Amino acid sequence: MSTVIASSSAAGFSQEVFEQFLSSRNEPAWVSELRREAFAKYTEFLEQPLDPEEWKRIDLRALKPSQFHLVTTQAAAEANAASGLEANSDPAIGTLLADRAEFAGRVIHVDGQLAISELSEELAARGVVFGSLTQLIQTHGELLKPYLMQKAVKHDQDRMSAWHAAFWTGGTVLYVPRNVRVEAPLYGLVALAKDKAADFSHTLVILEDGAEATLLEETTSLHATHTGLHVGGVELLLGQEARLRYVQLQNWNHRTWHLATQAGHVEKDGFLQWTVGGLGSRLAHTHQDVSLDGRGAVAQVNGVTFAINRQVISYYTQQTHRAPDTRSDLLYKDVLRDESRVIWRGMIDVEKGAPRTDGYQRNDSLLLSTTARADAIPGLEIETDDVRCTHGATVGEVDQDQILYCMCRGLSRHEAMHMIVEGFFQQVYDRIPVPAVQETLSQAVERKLGLGRDT
Amino acid sequence: MVASLKIQDLHVSVEGLPILRGVSLEVRQGEIHALMGPNGSGKSTLAYTLVGHPKYEITQGSIEIDGKPLNELDACERARLGLFLAFQYPIVIPGVKVADFLRHAITNIRNPDRKEGEGLIPMREFRKELKSMMDELGMDGEFARRYLNEGFSGGEKKRMEILQLAMLKPRFAVLDETDSGLDSDAVRVVSEGLRKLSGPQMGVLIITHHERLLEYNVPQFTHVMLAGKIVETGDASLARELHNEGYSKVRLRHPEEAAEEAARASGRSSEAHNRTAEPASV
Repeated sequence: MSTVIASSSAAGFSQEVFEQFLSSRNEPAWVSELRREAFAKYTEFLEQPLDPEEWKRIDLRALKPSQFHLVTTQAAAEANAASGLEANSDPAIGTLLADRAEFAGRVIHVDGQLAISELSEELAARGVVFGSLTQLIQTHGELLKPYLMQKAVKHDQDRMSAWHAAFWTGGTVLYVPRNVRVEAPLYGLVALAKDKAADFSHTLVILEDGAEATLLEETTSLHATHTGLHVGGVELLLGQEARLRYVQLQNWNHRTWHLATQAGHVEKDGFLQWTVGGLGSRLAHTHQDVSLDGRGAVAQVNGVTFAINRQVISYYTQQTHRAPDTRSDLLYKDVLRDESRVIWRGMIDVEKGAPRTDGYQRNDSLLLSTTARADAIPGLEIETDDVRCTHGATVGEVDQDQILYCMCRGLSRHEAMHMIVEGFFQQVYDRIPVPAVQETLSQAVERKLGLGRDT
Repeated sequence: MVASLKIQDLHVSVEGLPILRGVSLEVRQGEIHALMGPNGSGKSTLAYTLVGHPKYEITQGSIEIDGKPLNELDACERARLGLFLAFQYPIVIPGVKVADFLRHAITNIRNPDRKEGEGLIPMREFRKELKSMMDELGMDGEFARRYLNEGFSGGEKKRMEILQLAMLKPRFAVLDETDSGLDSDAVRVVSEGLRKLSGPQMGVLIITHHERLLEYNVPQFTHVMLAGKIVETGDASLARELHNEGYSKVRLRHPEEAAEEAARASGRSSEAHNRTAEPASV
């Protein structure tokens, strides 16, 4: 047992644990200072109820933060990475994306510890930085300081953001200099290995003006039955005319809590395509903000969610238009089975200085069983004239006529269902021109259709 | 050996309401049968029952292909035995490409024991076959990449049914008003398509109000349905007669069924239907 104690901080997130954690980090003063402020905020927020608007449909009573601990030993992570990332015999877990494309770089974390960090020499020579946040704050502090939790994910936003900002570990940074276009996708993997381990990973993407990149990230658990906690942050910062395609595929095991604060900011004429895949976790809540800060900025947000058993997957999305002639387009598609539940609450905010905004949001849910439940709550807040904002939501069961039609052509009921579900997601796939992502999501859907309590 | 689709004394109810009241009919491979009758006489009910629509409950009688009873089989199993229905209202399946759908369908029909997940017919072979069939039916190859029936015009949907028929090569095809709602050019395309496809290997049951489809595909047998029964069977001349003169003479020749038809039209309760279905004392 002593090895476990030696490689992990004490359980929980108390003042004492925080101090111990902080002293183990050896970070520059500005980082420690950020953490201290965040921890103070976290302590404050703990005394206050969570924002009911965002949290009233979610039951966190079974989450006991004191059970979880941050892992602090590097060696353990490497060993785990080496053993665990081989082809996994359990189809419900393991990596989905890793072998699917030629990546120009990879950053892999296990239990918040860096296991692998690689970047093609060619990209490094062009000034691209891709690696571990923990390492890069030591070597590239001046580069990161103006961005890290300054603009997108703020430590004083709410309880989850403060918790994350105080305890973030691991972390992936992608920095692309001005006018550098990265063609091949980059890959990030965040894994949990130890039982009751906590992952506080932070993804920070900075694209300077005119830069272009694609980053595919996935989260996974190396063991199906271990309990886990993710309190994460994602920051996507796009300069003028920058183009980023970012995919995050959440694929934890069904005993992991996923609490994420994610935000993207797009400057003038920038383009952000952001795709979230919600497959895993026991309960997931993602707070996703997209902010269009410069004239002509565009964001496309895509979501593919497949919930089974008693999974609860929740999204709180915000599309904020802060400049004229900006466009946002959100399409979330959910499939639910068994007693699962998906909640989507989406808001389009158009600020005073954002005339000629074009905002769109849509959520479609397909129920494969009568015991599943989907809630979709779209909303608009418009403070300026001359805008076009549309929203919509549908919830429906699988059309029996579609099933019959497929069966009349020789497809079994299950095959028909599979095809209809694939078709339902196709509209989202059609928007993501990255074959690796399409294939991955499609295969994940196939796996999920075969899972469930009766099989 | 020539296979047959044999329907014997078929009684079918929908939500407890009897619709078919003893239908017997045998279609052999290579034969073309026309099934005609006024609206509500039970033609589409027969079509859906044959392919195994769960809403249609067989209360009596049997359906067999080559002596194998179908009553307990689901729609998929029936399709794999070689039964095909061209739907009157083809269903839209969003996001499912025509080519993907057909590749699965064709693999299953040709390999009826296939389980989901087992290999599909090789892509190259399939594409070649699909392309040549589309050429033959005068269809644009772009159809293969579209989503099944999504945004299709009425004529395109019906042509898609014929394409599926062509690819799946069933032993028995039921066409439920494949010619309705189409302009005359489209009817010609569909009719010619069917003529090319039907042959000694296919038995065809054409449900229609119109004559055109039957001009291209002359039936050896014409059946007339009234109030859930086949009341007359003749040859192609009967189809022409019905088309020219309507059903008034048929009703006069079959007063009992005509009375039942009138009762159904006036929307009596199911009990009333049952009563009028008793042997009449006219």
